Amino acid sequence: MASLITCPHCGVRPKEEFSIRGDAVPVRPAPNAGAEAWYAYVYVRDNPKGRIEEHWHHTAGCRRWLVVERDNVTHTVFSVRDAADVAKARSGEVA
Amino acid sequence: MRYSAFEIVKQAFSGNRHWKPAWREPQPKPHYDVIIVGGGGHGLSTAYYLAREFGITNVAVLEKGYLGSGNVGRNTTIIRSNYLLEGNEPFYEFSLKLWEGLEQDFNYNAMVSQRGIVNLFHSDGQRDQYARRGNAMKMHGVDAELLDREGVRKMMPYLNFDHARFPILGGLYQKRAGTARHDAVAWGYARGADSRGVDLIQQCEVTGIRRDETGRVLGVETSKGFIGCNKLALATAGHTSVTGKMAGLDLPIETHVLQAFVSEGLKPVIHNVITYGAGHFYISQSDKGGLVFGADIDYYSSYAQRGNLATVEHTIEEGVSLIPGLSRARVLRAWGGVMDMSMDGSPIIDRTPIDNLYINCGWCYGGFKATPASGFCFAHLIARDEPHYTARLLRLDRFQRGFLVDEGGKGPQPNLH
Repeated sequence: MASLITCPHCGVRPKEEFSIRGDAVPVRPAPNAGAEAWYAYVYVRDNPKGRIEEHWHHTAGCRRWLVVERDNVTHTVFSVRDAADVAKARSGEVA
Repeated sequence: MRYSAFEIVKQAFSGNRHWKPAWREPQPKPHYDVIIVGGGGHGLSTAYYLAREFGITNVAVLEKGYLGSGNVGRNTTIIRSNYLLEGNEPFYEFSLKLWEGLEQDFNYNAMVSQRGIVNLFHSDGQRDQYARRGNAMKMHGVDAELLDREGVRKMMPYLNFDHARFPILGGLYQKRAGTARHDAVAWGYARGADSRGVDLIQQCEVTGIRRDETGRVLGVETSKGFIGCNKLALATAGHTSVTGKMAGLDLPIETHVLQAFVSEGLKPVIHNVITYGAGHFYISQSDKGGLVFGADIDYYSSYAQRGNLATVEHTIEEGVSLIPGLSRARVLRAWGGVMDMSMDGSPIIDRTPIDNLYINCGWCYGGFKATPASGFCFAHLIARDEPHYTARLLRLDRFQRGFLVDEGGKGPQPNLH
């Protein structure tokens, strides 16, 4: 694991400053989206071997939620973005 | 290959050059009744019980590396059945009962040692919780004993009883728990399956699952060509999402790495298995004298069989906080194993939406102790198409139906289980 994460707000920081939530790909469905959509969101994970996106929280820093894109075999980190920016970019794609 | 005192003497006279392999190295046949993907503990025990218990011997176990090269050789060898929930306790107790008769059963020295486990508690609330768990165990007919502080001190005087933040108030003791020699478990099952006609095919990586237009599995594409089967069983914990994807399965699993450590060999000091209730640290001493210990997973998804230095530090801090003398021991080796972390911390042994595809996965930290029951229950499922009584709640669709088996009460957060 790369021991250093480049936070877009704080710069290069040790990974111990962050707490990790998990897969950043599933998007929270609408409250009335139905059981199937909610099941998929809460429980089902693609869990690929290789390049993934994960939610990391900079708990001991700026306290922003980040999306860390990295390889879960080689542990190379490709990008670290603010989760709000990622969400905005995503909703832009939908619209 | 059978071992005996006579054989050892005989082989010694010829320079130990004529020992025969413990199992064959067959080439794959074009078709099998059952193919099991994964030649680890669970795959091998499944093959063994399929042959011995259910009389199905036209079986192949496909292993991409060598037998037992995965988590069955990468764990901390603890066996126990001290669970709380209905979905878990009878299953793990069934496993422990199989452990107790295992060596006689497959005629192989698995060094099963029932040295007892003590789960330490450090607060009044935790004591209540452990008492509840002990009562749940007793209601399932399992031995459990609640030790007070002095009871623990008598057994383990070397623990840090003066800890200001996490005082040791007592422990939940299961005498029948213990450890086993992990590699020998794989070898014993492998030899037992092989001698009953199961083909153990190593260096044979499954690269795809071939299905007909109705969705039924026809067989698997492998590095040794196509192999057909009537029933396909996946026992590929750690990589279940990878093999599951070959059949288009959506699974409630995330893959994480768990590290384990062993110290240099020491004289006998830790006579039981201990878990630290204020952290996630667990430790025992192997018969060679090495202290075998581990703690939490690394928290981020990982398919790499190596861990992070921060977790090494965390583990050893916990260990020294519990056993101050541990600071004098040197770590000899550390390794990582990748595991299926399921969404409720419990495993899955079930049929899948595909008629002749069966799945055994989601073992989280706890796969080793389950090896015998997992194989038995999976074999039962494959042979009879119905779950074994003790594994009936470990269903794939329990998440959808809302019947989780969440032992830790942590919710759908796989890195916390």
